[in-house]
Amino acid sequence: MWQEESDLSLSIAQIVQKLKGSSLYAQLERQAWASLQRTDIKLESLKEDIKRFFKTSGWEKKLQNAVYSELSVFPLPSHPAVPPEHLKEPLVYMRKAQGSWEKRILKSLNSMCTELSIPLARKRPVGDQKELLNKWNEMGTDEPDLSHFRPVYAPKDFLEVLINLRNPNYENGDSPSFRTHLGLIQIPLKVKDIPELKELFVELGLTTGQLGIDDSTQVPPELFENEHVRIGQKVLAEQDSAAAQQYVRQGSPTALRAELWALILNISSQPEDILYYEQLKTNVIQHDLLVDSLIYKDVKLTASNDDYYFVFEDYLYQVLLCFSRDTSVLGHFAYNSASPPRSYIRGKLGIEEYAVFYPPNGVIPFHGFSMYVAPLCFLYNEPSKLYQIFREMYVRFFFRLHSISSHPSGIVSLCLLFETLLQTYLPQLFYHLREIGAQPLRISFKWMVRAFSGYLATDQLLLLWDRILGYNSLEILAVLAAAVFAFRAVNLMEVTSLAAAEAVLADLSTLKVMPLLQIFLFATVT
Amino acid sequence: MSRPKNQNYKGYGLSKGKEREQRASVRFKTTLMNTLLDVLRHRPGWVEVKDEGEWDFYWCDVSWLRENFDHTYMDEHVRISHFRNHYELTRKNYMVKNLKRFRKQLEREAGKLEAAKCDFFPKTFEMPCEYHLFVEEFRKNPGITWIMKPVARSQGKGIFLFRRLKDIMDWRKGTAGKKLASLEAQQARGAVNPPGSHDSKSSDDQKEEIPVENYVAQRYIENPYLIGGRKFDLRVYVLVMSYIPLRAWLYRDGFARFSNTRFTLSSIDDQYVHLTNVAVQKTSPDYHPKKGCKWMLQRFRQYLASKHGPEAVESLFSDMDNIFIKSLQSVQKVIISDKHCFELYGYDILIDQDLKPWLLEVNASPSLTASSQEDYELKTCLLEDTLHIVDMEARLTGREKRVGGFDLMWNDGPVSREEGVPDLSEMGNFVTNTHLGCINDRKKQLRQLFRSLQGQKKASG
Repeated sequence: MWQEESDLSLSIAQIVQKLKGSSLYAQLERQAWASLQRTDIKLESLKEDIKRFFKTSGWEKKLQNAVYSELSVFPLPSHPAVPPEHLKEPLVYMRKAQGSWEKRILKSLNSMCTELSIPLARKRPVGDQKELLNKWNEMGTDEPDLSHFRPVYAPKDFLEVLINLRNPNYENGDSPSFRTHLGLIQIPLKVKDIPELKELFVELGLTTGQLGIDDSTQVPPELFENEHVRIGQKVLAEQDSAAAQQYVRQGSPTALRAELWALILNISSQPEDILYYEQLKTNVIQHDLLVDSLIYKDVKLTASNDDYYFVFEDYLYQVLLCFSRDTSVLGHFAYNSASPPRSYIRGKLGIEEYAVFYPPNGVIPFHGFSMYVAPLCFLYNEPSKLYQIFREMYVRFFFRLHSISSHPSGIVSLCLLFETLLQTYLPQLFYHLREIGAQPLRISFKWMVRAFSGYLATDQLLLLWDRILGYNSLEILAVLAAAVFAFRAVNLMEVTSLAAAEAVLADLSTLKVMPLLQIFLFATVT
Repeated sequence: MSRPKNQNYKGYGLSKGKEREQRASVRFKTTLMNTLLDVLRHRPGWVEVKDEGEWDFYWCDVSWLRENFDHTYMDEHVRISHFRNHYELTRKNYMVKNLKRFRKQLEREAGKLEAAKCDFFPKTFEMPCEYHLFVEEFRKNPGITWIMKPVARSQGKGIFLFRRLKDIMDWRKGTAGKKLASLEAQQARGAVNPPGSHDSKSSDDQKEEIPVENYVAQRYIENPYLIGGRKFDLRVYVLVMSYIPLRAWLYRDGFARFSNTRFTLSSIDDQYVHLTNVAVQKTSPDYHPKKGCKWMLQRFRQYLASKHGPEAVESLFSDMDNIFIKSLQSVQKVIISDKHCFELYGYDILIDQDLKPWLLEVNASPSLTASSQEDYELKTCLLEDTLHIVDMEARLTGREKRVGGFDLMWNDGPVSREEGVPDLSEMGNFVTNTHLGCINDRKKQLRQLFRSLQGQKKASG
């Protein structure tokens, strides 16, 4: 009891510390001072009156949202003496694996740099600066020669690393036995089974209305849709983050989605946010990074070739180039098992004073990275708002999809969850695919790393991401991947090679996400 | 090559009253080598005839129509894919004339408000005859951009933009202008020398016996709705089965065609920016065939709904319905409504930033060549459903409101989504039977439809 209390006071102290440095604090202070003019604020009961004022004017709600946001994003420390590495990743062997993966990436980047004799960063000549500024809204029309650039890594390279991950404290034995895993991932992490998932995703149950199912043309809107939209409007009027998060578990109406997501992520476009974005833009104009070419190449290879996202090509450059300069992103490395790569000023290798993070935000893009941004262009077209939303989505969710950690939403856990679900509930299918050399994870990995972006139809993808935000977890990606295999099981049982299995699962664009999830979780006989 | 008269008269049997007899097989003919041919060939019971063979169904091109329609006899059951004088709707100068006339008529009969519903066509002047009217309008609105379009060409050929009268003067002095000038001169002479009297052409004119091409000058829409910084237009398919009475169907699917380059008014010489025709885009240096540069209408509708809300989208789409219906009504009395004819039109619509739709043009022969797999499927389904409605197999009762992806939009009067006879006194609750950009579950609908038709047939013995 005493332990819990001290934990709570520790958390409160930490959150207060964090919020004190935010712009919200400054605003609250200003509001408190301004409120002294009001007649209903009396000196005798100053504290109570100001608190009451905050309640009625909606400022308390804003504070609530900020606290809720902090709670959702930052893990609570279990003990004051916990070293910072444990916040990033408690398991030593995972930390080591992530470290060596990062070394490989950096080596690859440096060697590309040396091969092409291009500096990692350089100041742009004034003429180029002017040109870029003029072309800012149509960078997609540029066709720089990117043939020598290769993406630093692709999801399948990362998969190989995960397959070779081993816990040194866990004796699997050299020969396959009942203790070795049948799937590709050989790490004994705890993952949920279907009964536990049913508890977690209780709002996706058969008796609860869902957007994506109960708004289809055959269902009269009076049954669910109209009421759901009304509640959504109410949630927005109240500006309550926690309520919004609960609400989108049943899906978000198309017209309200942009605002709801902004509310859940606690994004409000303040003038200082717009200024910050403009500053990043100036940064991009003044300095040219090697990483920029990687970004260009990725956008051209993936989003530009997509039938639906090609339209947003220019927005993707505007977001991703600024993202790579944004040092505030470095903050998320406190709870990310990854660490930002360091580089040294030319000629000062190894000297700490001349170490810089490269790229400035510490995130090296890989093949397909731009697909994290593309679906958001559907909702936001004002560049600074789009940027903020993407940045927040990245530091809350997407980073977990390409770093090695034991977190339940980390990619390793997702892979293991996927494989376990398949083995447990579709053993015949799993065994068959394994026998023909088509390990299911080899096919589903790319879906999960990209959070299904580019594989599902956009409206279905947005319904899926509603649930990611609603449950503050990425586990739903693994469940969906298993549900897709379950759906196509009959065809998959007939294939005899990995290539044929890939072909059966090549096109997911016709899938309806919510019925698949519901059937897999709630309607399959276990 | 002359065509024999009475091509189809071979005593195929008189049709029995109003009932259409079922044919053992349908002989079809077409000159197109694209999606249409695939669809026709796959239709059960349809047999291709070539060259001189007799046909029951001909998907012809307009040039054949022009040369042969008037002296081809067609049996009662025979169907052909164009109306004789479709150009009243599809040639820009005729369409403008018809629309202007219809608007005046509406104003007389129903007042200014109703007539204003016809204001979906940007101000257009026919050249050369309305040149002076155009100059007057031009002078009244300095600084706006105009677009010059040849009346009869397609695929974006011959189009250019201009802002200064000087540009048009230069154009007049150029080859096109010479035709303009000579035509004006002819008109002037015609006024001075009444017809019949000796018309002495100068030797200069005799040199220039080039066919005169008509152009229209149209006000360019400078504030188009942009997505991703790009301009786009919408291609929508409307099937007209007859003009008198007017029966028109609207297909649920269609697409938005994007320009490959970013929209800006500073580069009006860049043809590629302003013209969204796929044919023009294909020649742009930026064009990548894999890119496609098309969005299905469902995607477009969803995008708009997430930006502007469902009510704004409903209102936009009902404004588009208004465009289709009014444009067809304006030529209803002019087009020769032959019962053998039907026509599948491709409407080009541009949306501006205030979410107002504008009619760019109507195509009598919309492209049926597929630019991608998705496009192929769209056009295949579109053509299959068109043939279902043409109903050579005499399966339909004629009372259907939906066939596959087509919804009956106008049946000598508005068609309501609700079942039963619409109660027109409650106009406020009237919802039109159109579903543009909505879910197209045509396969399911067709299955249900044909099953029930079969059932009805069995029941009636």
